[in-house]
Amino acid sequence: MSVLNEKTVEELSVLLESGACTSQEIVRDVLAEKNRIDPVIRAYVELDEEDALAQAVEADAARARGTAGPLTGIPVAIKDLLNVRGQSCTCGSKILQGYRSPYDATAVARLRSAGMVMAGRVNMDEFAMGSSTENSALQTTRNPWNTACVPGGSSGGSASAVAARMAVASIGSDTGGSVRQPASFCGCVGLKPTYGRISRYGLTAYASSLDQIGPITRTVKDAALLLGAMAGHDPMDSTSSPLDVPDYAASLTGEMKGLKLGVPKEYFVEGIEPEVDACVRKAIAQCESLGAEIVEVSLPNTRYATATYYILATAEASTNLARYDGVRYGLRVEGADPIALYMNTRAAGFGSEVKRRIILGTYVLSSGYYDAYYLRAQKVRTLIARDFSEAFARCDAIVCPVSPTAAYPLGSCADDPLKMYLGDIFTVTANLAGICGLSVPCGFTSGGLPVGLQILGAPFAEQKILDIGYAYEQSTAWHTEKPAIQG
Amino acid sequence: MNYHVTIGLETHIQLKTNSKIFCACANHFGDEPNTNVCPVCLGYPGVMPVLNEEAVHKTIRAGLMIGSRIGAFCKFDRKSYFYPDMPKNYQITQYDRPFCIGGQVEIEVDGRKKIIRVNRIHLEEDVAKNTHAATSSEVDFNRAGTPLMEVVSEPDMETPEEALAYLQALKQIMVYGGISECNLEEGNMRCDVNISLRPDGQEKLGVKAEIKNMNTFKGVFQALQAETRRQESILESGGSVRQETLRFDPDAGVTLPMRSKEYAHDYRYFPEPDLMPVVLDKDVIERWRSELPELPQQRRERFVSQYDLPEYDAAVLTADKHLADYYERAAAGTKNFKAVSNWVMTEVMRVLSEKGWTIEQFPIQADALAELVALADGKVINSNSAKEVFSILLEEPGASPKALVEKRGMAQVSDSSAIDAFVDQVITEQTKSVEDFRNGKQAALQFLVGQIMKLSRGKANPQMAAQALRDKIGSME
Repeated sequence: MSVLNEKTVEELSVLLESGACTSQEIVRDVLAEKNRIDPVIRAYVELDEEDALAQAVEADAARARGTAGPLTGIPVAIKDLLNVRGQSCTCGSKILQGYRSPYDATAVARLRSAGMVMAGRVNMDEFAMGSSTENSALQTTRNPWNTACVPGGSSGGSASAVAARMAVASIGSDTGGSVRQPASFCGCVGLKPTYGRISRYGLTAYASSLDQIGPITRTVKDAALLLGAMAGHDPMDSTSSPLDVPDYAASLTGEMKGLKLGVPKEYFVEGIEPEVDACVRKAIAQCESLGAEIVEVSLPNTRYATATYYILATAEASTNLARYDGVRYGLRVEGADPIALYMNTRAAGFGSEVKRRIILGTYVLSSGYYDAYYLRAQKVRTLIARDFSEAFARCDAIVCPVSPTAAYPLGSCADDPLKMYLGDIFTVTANLAGICGLSVPCGFTSGGLPVGLQILGAPFAEQKILDIGYAYEQSTAWHTEKPAIQG
Repeated sequence: MNYHVTIGLETHIQLKTNSKIFCACANHFGDEPNTNVCPVCLGYPGVMPVLNEEAVHKTIRAGLMIGSRIGAFCKFDRKSYFYPDMPKNYQITQYDRPFCIGGQVEIEVDGRKKIIRVNRIHLEEDVAKNTHAATSSEVDFNRAGTPLMEVVSEPDMETPEEALAYLQALKQIMVYGGISECNLEEGNMRCDVNISLRPDGQEKLGVKAEIKNMNTFKGVFQALQAETRRQESILESGGSVRQETLRFDPDAGVTLPMRSKEYAHDYRYFPEPDLMPVVLDKDVIERWRSELPELPQQRRERFVSQYDLPEYDAAVLTADKHLADYYERAAAGTKNFKAVSNWVMTEVMRVLSEKGWTIEQFPIQADALAELVALADGKVINSNSAKEVFSILLEEPGASPKALVEKRGMAQVSDSSAIDAFVDQVITEQTKSVEDFRNGKQAALQFLVGQIMKLSRGKANPQMAAQALRDKIGSME
């Protein structure tokens, strides 16, 4: 019976430090659990067991030498769009078939230098485009709480693996909610740091001005530990922030007394599932009972957020994905001339959602349409950011739902992309404004599906939202619930 | 009908920098294909550009040298099109916020000076180099990511000659500024031209055609001539010129339409989200301005004042920065600046043109030339011997002129008793010529001097010999 895979990063750190367990034992337990239940969940797209164990051996040796840090030897699953040297990086797409990364992403390099074990790659919507992981060209990942339901997305593999205890923690990415929403759907903690807090170098770009790497974990403290290990300026990413990185985990107070929490009226509207609404309101009440002051705030431009997001994200994506042409790496479908080769490769390599977004992005940047779409969307983006800065003048953080719904059945949005887009309404705003956001488990629906509470903070206020999340988490037991899965 | 020609140029100039514009790969021509590459310049998934400060500095220096205004807020944009020389299928360039705005280049054609205005200079990344075979294409990404400036002129040129003079002047400035080597063989400078014709008396510009991607000055010149003829004949026959993109076929000497696949129509520019806007500090720009190297025009004027050279010499010597550098190094070793100039302009430049060398390839070092000029100028050797030493130095570049003169006994004979002996011998042997000279035939004196040079095996001081002859023959009664 596996045990160590059920522990948190924080717990494993203590066990390793005391010599109560080794990295190899942890990795073996993770592998055993993965082999038991992943045939059902299908979270992993690649896990080189030999390589993971070799890293664990090295981590144990480092500990024996006395050069280990608090994270040394703890395995982490990586979303399949972060480059890990020597591993595949398919981004959930056929077009990157056969590609192997020649380099480590900066976030990966930092986790490695902290001694963590890069243990496998997890599924995602193709190029992070989607909210259910159903857009993966590789496999369908299921929600551990109800295998008929989606795990959320695009970091669905990360959230389902962590929730199912076949990963201790995972690194995902969040462009419009892709860390927070699957964390919420799977009952995990998901953190989207401020834009620029973690280097994007090595993160396969979907929408460069919105993308941000973030951890998916079982506890807030684990998220704080991983954030601390990855954050900080990187000369390889000019958009990364030079601000100092505090010791987030060590600074957690568990105190909420005296903090002002803003509740945006625009985030509690019709369309939100009553059970989700009830869980979130109960969580807010819990925060109040812990000493927080609740104030109403307004984010009036929220109603334009989804449209704005889908213009800007697709515009950037249409250029970011132009490089997949079959010339240098990945899939190649031959053609009579280079242009035919491009067309054949891209027609065969991209899935329909990716094609839809490339076409949309190409359209909004076209001459004659640029001003009406891209330029106007940029202006609305500024207004949305202003909404937040005005709100944060009145409160320490904003509390609201992550998603209007809990996890929905597989296939239920398949024919209606717009329905799925609208599910992003409460998460895309944080990406547009460049602020940070945290998803923390806050209850279950009557059907047994998890619900998440979203805590949004001002730029670089990660410490504050982690503190609030930690205080709330410590006063509840939601994060200790675990799904029962028959392997 | 007479037509007025309007020409504008877009000149791409590769910057001389240590590394590429967005990664640490070497910016170096001529290496094995695909050796100066990394995930960034190959456009791998997840990579990001980091701007090379040296490239920004050199672009701004170029602008300062031609009097551009430097943008207070500059940024980069993505320009999208699909082509196999594009690692990302978008090029990072500057669309509406270039580093340098305005400026001008002075040209001179047939003694007439003219100002060509520059619209802007922006910085972008060069693309890879494609080689097409019958059934396959090869791509060398060494060139991808080379910092590339685009200098956009105003349509101020009216003849192919003016366009040529503009390119030459631009090249001269870039080489002077250490901005680019402007080596055309290595593709450092490539040019697109816009050209339109309108009947004399018409104000409105005619429909223009664009001729793309020429990499020699001669090609630009010939293409403009050919395109002028083509548009003229269309207009003459009552037709109208189509706005289109052409290429020049140098073998056939004609411009031809490009296939539509060879250029895109909608580049879908938008701001590059992976790079921060560049806000240049005023103090930094002023510091860079104070560090500007001398301009060709300034150096020309200085050559006249400092070395007391004629205008003509100064112009010839400063046309090429490296030649001017060579002259200054040589001039530092002598007092006769004009003599050095004569040597550089005749002997040195003759050899350069015969061998097809650049001055950097010239084997005789400037200090050796200075020594040689000093020997000739101090009458230690005569001019024939000096030329002989020059020839020997070409073969033995390391040799010292002084040592050569000593070793080979080439020092001029200026000892009057030795010369007198030669004079006596010649007067005795050449009675006919002596007679002719006495009868006023000046040419006879030259012949007699020649005989003395022959007897002395070229070493006699010819001026002393002539004087001694005159004295001796004058006193013969």
